[in-house]
Amino acid sequence: MNTATQTAVPMPHAKRRLPAEANIFLVLIAISITFEILGWIFQGQSFLANSQRLSIMILQVSVIGIIAIGVTQVIISGGIDLSSGSIVGATAMIAMSLAQVGTFPRAVYPGLTDLPVIIPIVVGLLIGLACGLINGLLIAYTKIPPFIATLGMMVAARGFAKWYTKGQPISFPTDGFAALGQGLAPVFIFLGVAFLVHILLRYTRYGKFTYAIGANPQAARVSGINVERHTVKIYAVAGVLSGLAGIVVAARGLTAQAGMGTMYELDAIAMAVIGGVSLAGGRGSVLGTMIGMVIFGVIISGFTFLRLDAYYQEMLKGAIIVAAVVADVYRQRKRVKTT
Amino acid sequence: MISPSTAAAIKRTLDATDTDGLLAIEGIRKEFPGVVALDDVQLRVRPGTVHALMGENGAGKSTLMKIIAGVYQPDAGEIRLRGDIVTLKSPLDALEQGIAMIHQELALMNWMTVAENIWIRREPRNRFGLIDHARMAKMTDELFARLIIKIDPWAQVSDLTIAQKQMVEIARAVSYESTVLIMDEPTSALTDREVEHLFTIIRDLKSRRIGIVYITHKMNELFEIADEFTVFRDGKYIGTHASKDVTRDDIIRMMVGREIKDMFPKVDCPIGDVILEVKNLTKKGVFHDISFSLRRGEILGIAGLVGSKRSNVAEALFGVSPASSGEIIIDGQPVTIDSPNAAMTHGLAFLTEDRKESGCFLSLNCLENIQSALITRSHVRAGFVDQKTVSKLAEDMAARLRVKTPDLQETVQNLSGGNQQKLLIARWLLTRPRILILDEPTRGIDVGAKAEIHRLITGLAAEGVAVLMISSELPEVLGMSDRIMVMHEGHLSGFLDRAEADQVKIMNLAAR
Repeated sequence: MNTATQTAVPMPHAKRRLPAEANIFLVLIAISITFEILGWIFQGQSFLANSQRLSIMILQVSVIGIIAIGVTQVIISGGIDLSSGSIVGATAMIAMSLAQVGTFPRAVYPGLTDLPVIIPIVVGLLIGLACGLINGLLIAYTKIPPFIATLGMMVAARGFAKWYTKGQPISFPTDGFAALGQGLAPVFIFLGVAFLVHILLRYTRYGKFTYAIGANPQAARVSGINVERHTVKIYAVAGVLSGLAGIVVAARGLTAQAGMGTMYELDAIAMAVIGGVSLAGGRGSVLGTMIGMVIFGVIISGFTFLRLDAYYQEMLKGAIIVAAVVADVYRQRKRVKTT
Repeated sequence: MISPSTAAAIKRTLDATDTDGLLAIEGIRKEFPGVVALDDVQLRVRPGTVHALMGENGAGKSTLMKIIAGVYQPDAGEIRLRGDIVTLKSPLDALEQGIAMIHQELALMNWMTVAENIWIRREPRNRFGLIDHARMAKMTDELFARLIIKIDPWAQVSDLTIAQKQMVEIARAVSYESTVLIMDEPTSALTDREVEHLFTIIRDLKSRRIGIVYITHKMNELFEIADEFTVFRDGKYIGTHASKDVTRDDIIRMMVGREIKDMFPKVDCPIGDVILEVKNLTKKGVFHDISFSLRRGEILGIAGLVGSKRSNVAEALFGVSPASSGEIIIDGQPVTIDSPNAAMTHGLAFLTEDRKESGCFLSLNCLENIQSALITRSHVRAGFVDQKTVSKLAEDMAARLRVKTPDLQETVQNLSGGNQQKLLIARWLLTRPRILILDEPTRGIDVGAKAEIHRLITGLAAEGVAVLMISSELPEVLGMSDRIMVMHEGHLSGFLDRAEADQVKIMNLAAR
């Protein structure tokens, strides 16, 4: 079969290649239009032409979006991260405990109140980093599957979050800390993260190595890439971003609870997968995940707008995630057939 | 006296029984998007014979086998089994009609036992409807006794050697009472003794009137086991002959459509100083006491059979899996190579044996594939890849190697094997190696690309690059090398100079 393409010289010139994200973007437009039409039919009003609805929608998905960006690079490298939601819970608790105001009499650390906002932020990020490093070291050097390593972290970090205050919520943050979650701040934090990771994946050696390891770890090793060391870095970055999401989530809620971030890991993975990040590794982009995230937001917001019962919403959400993976598998099969 | 018309009638009848014998394939066509894999091909297999299917990679052999085994459906043409036209909807359908295929990639369930693998879907049951393991073991024993196979029915398949797995697959095919057996490169991973055993089994199958379609690249096997052979080239039928009527060269001519001497354009070039010296390199339990030296501009071929551990030596030299003892000396300095990165620092490059397994990033584009090794070492500032310079270098190299692709943004999956191989060579040439290790540089690529790669290797040697070339194709080793090192089961068995080397001498050293 190879010879046939070989003899076809001169090759027909490359058809204009649309970026892989174009398809997903079309899906987003199609879904938006569907809700727009349904909106006029059932609610007598526009779905899209409502800036308040749109900003709420973006706000809702931004925090999980931060995690989704982290898990995007993990999935591109051929791995998976189930621990992000629990790391959100753990970092939310710790960061909030270091961000309480002194006027609140039952602070977790009565001697450590009214600290500058940078302290809870740095500590929160470091906790995320530590969790990510443990994930990465386990995966790279014990060779246990990422699924298991991060499943362990998922259970352990959640346990830690509950143990931290024996299940009590932590409240009353300083104004500086609270500001991280107010208004559209989470959206801007998300956009900053997305921009940085986009640059990281596209223009730096870090990104090239990430794709290479996901596409073929053995070939990456022979190319001179230290696969283990790079794997640790990838999970560390994901951990830091989960920590950041934990900080934002706590600031936004003005309180931290041990159960915060539950199921975020799965929503984040779903956003990435809907956005075209291949679970087989080696394919995907930040841009795709961002579109996946917006699709996710539009669906939730659209169902609420149509006053669809919450139970139906979850069932449909499940179906949509599965449909996205089916589409991914189908795309790959088509690819293989053409070779 | 027989009248001419009667004679013709008799001849027709004879022809009919002869040609329609067991399996007759006529006018088969199969297209894949953008490629015609098979174009009007035919094949006739008579009962009790081994029919070899020959052809270069990409000739369409495997596609036809998959059609016969029900994996693919043909776009046109007919398949007759004992004279009746059949359609084979699925591998199971083919199996039930008596056609079994022994896959190149073994299709056994690793975590189940031998007996379970053989009788799956047909397990004997006891009166409670549960699986009767005792009877299953007995059935397996009987089957193995018939085929002179000695494997414990309760062994787990993952514990078997590749040869044993192949025996199990054959036994499974026989257990279906198949009349047509397809074997795709069955000996590619077998030792000589195992090949002998396989041939004994095949001869036994022949005596049971089973027709065997046998795909192989190995000429020796063709003459030893096959009664007839058919040659395909570029998806087209070229011809069918009895193997006793032809010589090796005839077959090669049919396969490649040109003379072989054009294929190895080795030119003599000046050989310089010793650049690499290897002393007593050993990896316990794998290879032992390997010592050789390599000079600038020299091509040292490494020959040996499967299991000679040639690739392991290459992997040790490049630090993929380092040796346990021994010395590597480069430019007179002893060096430690414990990772591919360390090897690259000393000017080594390593084209691995298996393109798909450890070479290409199939889901990435050409550019990413070419630059992967270079950017581990240079052209990166503060973490950022100097993409402009790297892209230019990659484009120039791809042009120099004549990689055929619309542009470097094309996904590597969509390229032919030859072009993928050129990309991998481009990857290593960008690192400006002084010592180039090539493991099966032309495996699985078509003839034209093969010749181009050979020219390229010679050209590199002329520029002073020292080349270590592992190859299982003896004509390639003989045609390209200045010197040939032969290995046998992890040991060095001898060196041959270009002038004195021939196939017989190599085989004597390789097989001992």
